[in-house]
Amino acid sequence: MKRCRKCGERAVIYMRQHRLALCKDHYLEWFMEQTARTIRKYRMFTKHDRVLVAVSGGKDSLALWDVLWRLGYHADGLYIGLGIDGGIAYSDRSREVVEAFAQERGLRLIVEDVPTLYGESIPDMAKRTHRGRGKPCSVCGLVKRHIMNRVARDHGYTVLATGHNLDDEAAVLFANVMTWQVGYLARQDPVLPARDGLVKKVKPFFRFYERETAAYALLRGIPYIYDECPFAQGAKSIYFKEVLNRLEEERPGTKLQFFLGFLKAKKQGAFAAVQEQVEGELHACEVCGQPTTAPGKCAFCRLVTPLSSPTLTPTPSP
Amino acid sequence: MKDKARGTATLILRDQTFTVPAGITVREAIRHAGLVPESVLPTRDGELIPEDERLRDGDVIQLVAVISGGRA
Repeated sequence: MKRCRKCGERAVIYMRQHRLALCKDHYLEWFMEQTARTIRKYRMFTKHDRVLVAVSGGKDSLALWDVLWRLGYHADGLYIGLGIDGGIAYSDRSREVVEAFAQERGLRLIVEDVPTLYGESIPDMAKRTHRGRGKPCSVCGLVKRHIMNRVARDHGYTVLATGHNLDDEAAVLFANVMTWQVGYLARQDPVLPARDGLVKKVKPFFRFYERETAAYALLRGIPYIYDECPFAQGAKSIYFKEVLNRLEEERPGTKLQFFLGFLKAKKQGAFAAVQEQVEGELHACEVCGQPTTAPGKCAFCRLVTPLSSPTLTPTPSP
Repeated sequence: MKDKARGTATLILRDQTFTVPAGITVREAIRHAGLVPESVLPTRDGELIPEDERLRDGDVIQLVAVISGGRA
């Protein structure tokens, strides 16, 4: 039986990549310390920043909000209602979980409901525009990125934090390496600085395995939406996570080495040639004022304008 | 024969149920069920349990899937 390295009590979790066994109390303590260390080491934000945490109702984002709150950061939440039902009232249940979480802790939650604001749900937007080959995931990502940045700017937040964990990051990296999407590789980073109207984006959990964020939520007793998004079934990202977990099973530490090695190579200039192209000039969208790579309307306004232009509120130019 | 003498335990993952021999560790049982231990967290009565714990006859272990792909 493994014993907690700190107190010698019976361990509830063993992290093979760190050769570290911990009991419940010391695991929760370790998890918070590691988050604080990552935030400092990668200069994500300080206690003076106003942080907006994007919360979906899943384990990662709620665990992140919980940890930031306990660490004493000024962290408010943003929930985006996507109008996804999937036979399980997915979005409605997610919202209820997030609202209960915020209420229990007395935290400020901003809710943006896509069907209310733009006249249709994410799946309907995808259907109307024939985007995503029957899956609304690309439309969903585009809409969420737009809303997150708009809300952060409108409400004066200096940092936008998401609950992406190491498995998320390693799976994206793996997918982009498999297809050699060099532009995407150059763009992937746990810290994206603010620029030209884009709010700084950070991922304080990027060094945690998904298993660890789930363990934190479980041990802390945080209720979260356990069901997958109905559209996530068969998603490539899940497949790549499973492949990486099989590698991890045989060689503990593989996922961590893979992603940290990538960050090191990037820092040493491995993608410097494409970095400049990726970080090219941004323009203000002629409708909403948010930054976009090409002059004219941004991709979001091209997506939603036909039905819902009256609800778009222009924001100041970057 | 050995398995029969020791009995069996049950692993549950979402709507799937796996019967595994008692006497082996939780980690071995997860692998025995054809699952990857890295992808699940074993719990009993809602409490996280260590993977090196040996299963007893009649044990029911709920596995919490940790992989998520969609974000509401």
